[in-house]
Amino acid sequence: MASAVTSSAPVLELRSVTQRFGGLTAVKDLSMTIAPGALYGVIGPNGAGKTTVFNLLTGVYDPTEGEIWLRGTRIDGRAPHEICRLGIARTFQNIRLFADMTVLENVMAARHLRSRQRLTDALIGTRRHQTEEREMRDRAMALLRMFDLERHAEERSTALPYGSQRRLEIARALATDPILLLLDEPAAGMNPQEATDLMDLIRRVRDEFHLTVVLVEHNMKVVMGICETVQVIDYGEVIAVGTPEDIQRNPDVIRAYLGAG
Amino acid sequence: MRATQKLAWTAATLVVLLGLNQIFEHGFGDFQINPYYARVIELIGINITLAVSLNLINGVAGQFSIGHAGFMAVGGYVGTYLTVYYGAAVTGWFGVGVTDAVGGSIAMVVSLIGGAIAAGVAGLAVGIPSLRLKGDYLAIVTLGFGEIIRVIILNIPSVGGATGFTDAIPITNFFWIFAMAILTIVIVRNLTASTFGRALATIRDDEVAAEAIGIGTTWHKVMAFAVSAALAGVAGALSGQLFANPLNPQNLNFVKSIEVIIMIVLGGVGSITGAVLGATTLTILPEVLRGFDQEFPGLRMVMYALLLILMMIFRPQGLLGRREFGWHWLRWPNRSRIPVALTEAGDTKAHTPAPPGDPRSALGEGDEEGDSRG
Ligand SMILES: Nc1ncnc2c1ncn2[C@@H]1O[C@H](COP(=O)(O)OP(=O)(O)OP(=O)(O)O)[C@@H](O)[C@H]1O
Ligand SMILES: [Mg+2]
Repeated sequence: MASAVTSSAPVLELRSVTQRFGGLTAVKDLSMTIAPGALYGVIGPNGAGKTTVFNLLTGVYDPTEGEIWLRGTRIDGRAPHEICRLGIARTFQNIRLFADMTVLENVMAARHLRSRQRLTDALIGTRRHQTEEREMRDRAMALLRMFDLERHAEERSTALPYGSQRRLEIARALATDPILLLLDEPAAGMNPQEATDLMDLIRRVRDEFHLTVVLVEHNMKVVMGICETVQVIDYGEVIAVGTPEDIQRNPDVIRAYLGAG
Repeated sequence: MRATQKLAWTAATLVVLLGLNQIFEHGFGDFQINPYYARVIELIGINITLAVSLNLINGVAGQFSIGHAGFMAVGGYVGTYLTVYYGAAVTGWFGVGVTDAVGGSIAMVVSLIGGAIAAGVAGLAVGIPSLRLKGDYLAIVTLGFGEIIRVIILNIPSVGGATGFTDAIPITNFFWIFAMAILTIVIVRNLTASTFGRALATIRDDEVAAEAIGIGTTWHKVMAFAVSAALAGVAGALSGQLFANPLNPQNLNFVKSIEVIIMIVLGGVGSITGAVLGATTLTILPEVLRGFDQEFPGLRMVMYALLLILMMIFRPQGLLGRREFGWHWLRWPNRSRIPVALTEAGDTKAHTPAPPGDPRSALGEGDEEGDSRG
C-alpha cells in the first residue's frame, strides 16, 4: 500500500519556505513533501515554528520567501478562506470555537463555503434555501454522530468539556470537505484515555474521508503511534525526517529535545 | 412556509396596515387619534427600522458602526430631494398629483428606492475600505463619515442647508412607516436565520476561525453593512417626509447614531425583538419623562441617563439578551425548545483550556512506547 501511495503526485509541497517576524526567523528554508493519504507528523520543541508552518499553509501569513503548492496549485499569498475552499482545513492549538453558537451551528457554519445560495434565496426563503438548510443540518448532524457529540448538538460550544471541544473543532474542519487536514496539538489537555481514543479517531477520519493528515503534537505516544512519517523541526529548520522508529533513534533529535550537550 | 402561504400573509399584513392607516389618518366614526400620540407612534415605527437595521451590523455581525445617522441622512435627503424636484413629474405620467393618495404612494416608492440605493452605495463606499481591516477602524471611519455628510448637507442650498429640508412634501404616512418597519424586520430576520446569518455570527465570534472555515469575512461584512445602510436610508426617507418633521443636519449628528446604538443595547444586542423593544421604549421614555421638566428644567435628561445607567448595572446584556421574544416564553421552562446557546445557563459552565504537556517528558514517554512496539 505504501508504495502505491507514495508513487502519486504530492498533495502538499513546501519549497524552501522562510518566515521572518522582524528579526526573528520562525521558519527557515523549510521544504516538505506530503503524499496523498499520508498521516504526517511534525514535532519539535516549544517555539520551533510548528504553528507558524500551519499559519503559512492556511494563508494566515504570506511566506517571506518560498512557495507552497497544493495538488499543483500555488497557494501562498492567497486569503485563508480561499485556501480553505481549495481544500485545507485546520484546527487551532488554542481552540477557536464560535463561542456564542451551538455545537451544531459551529459545524453547520463550516458548510457555508459549499453553499450555492444567493443572498436573495435567503431573503425570500426559496426552495433552494430550504433544501440546502436541511442538507447542511443533516451533514452536520452526521459529523456530530461520528464524533460522539450528537447529544450536545444544541448546547453552547464552549460549555463542552475540553476534550469534546477539541473533537468538535475537528468535526468543524471536516465539514468544509478538505483534502488536507491540519491538526495543531489535538491531544493537548486530553487525559490518556481520550488521547488513545483520539488516535483511533484520526486514523478513522483519514480512512473514511480519504484525507491527508498533518499532525503537530507534543504527545509522543500519539505521534509515534499513528504517523507514518515524522518531521522534526527546531528553530524553524528541519533536523530530521523519517519513520517514527528512525526519529526516536536519531541523535540530532534527542539533542534538540534534551538541550545542546 | 410555502409560496402561497407567504402571499397570503403578505396580503393580510397589507390589508391590516391599510385599515389601520385609514383610522390613523382619518379617524373612525367619532374617534380621532390624538395628534401627539400619533406622532409618537410614527417615530416608534421609524426608530424600529433604524434599530433593527443597525442590529444587523452591530449586533449580528459584531462590527461597531457609529454612522447610522449618516446613512439615514443620505437616504433621507436623496429620497426627499427626489419627491420635491421630480415627484410632480413622475406622478404626472400617471395623471395624478404628488399630494393625492395614489400619487403620494407612487412618489413614496420612488423616494424609498432612491434613498435606499443612495444609502446602500454610501455604505459600500465606507465599508469596503474600512471593513477589510480588523479592529476599530469601522467605528472611526463611520464617525467621520457622519460628520462629513452633515457638513456637505449644510452647504447645499437646494436642500435647505442649515435651516433643514423644509420644502419636503409630507407624503409619509402610517402605512409606509410600518410597512417598512415590517419589511426591515423580515429582511434582517431572514438573513440572520440563514447560512449568511450564521456566517456573520462566526465573524462576530472569531474572524480568524471564520476565515479558516472558508468564510470570506470582508465580503460578508460589507454585504451586511450595505444592507444595514440601505435600510437606514429608508428610515431617513420616511422621516424627512413626515408632516412638519423636516430633515435637519443638526439632528442627524453622531448623537442620533448613539441614540440608535442605545436602543439595541437596551433591547439586547443581536436580538431583533430586543431592537424593536429598545426602539419603542426609548421613543416613549423621553415623552413620559417630559413631566419632570415642568418641576425642574433639565431633570428629564438626568432621569433618562440615570435609567440607562441602572439598566447597564442590573441587566448589562439588555432586556432580552441575545434571545428573541416569542410564544415559547409561555411554555413550561424545562420543555421550552430554546437552544441552550440562547439561554443564560450556558454562561457558567465554560471550561478553561489545560496547559499542553511538557514536550521533553512527552518524548521520554513516547520513547518507551516506541521501544515496546518495535
Ligand atoms: N505573529 C508573530 N509575530 C512574531 N513572532 C511570532 C509570531 N508567531 C510566532 N512567532 C514566533 O515564532 C516562533 C515559532 O512560534 P510557533 O508558535 O510557530 O512555535 P510552535 O512550534 O508552534 O511552539 P509550541 O510548541 O509552543 O506551540 C516563536 O519564537 C514565536 O514567538
Ligand atoms: Mg504551536
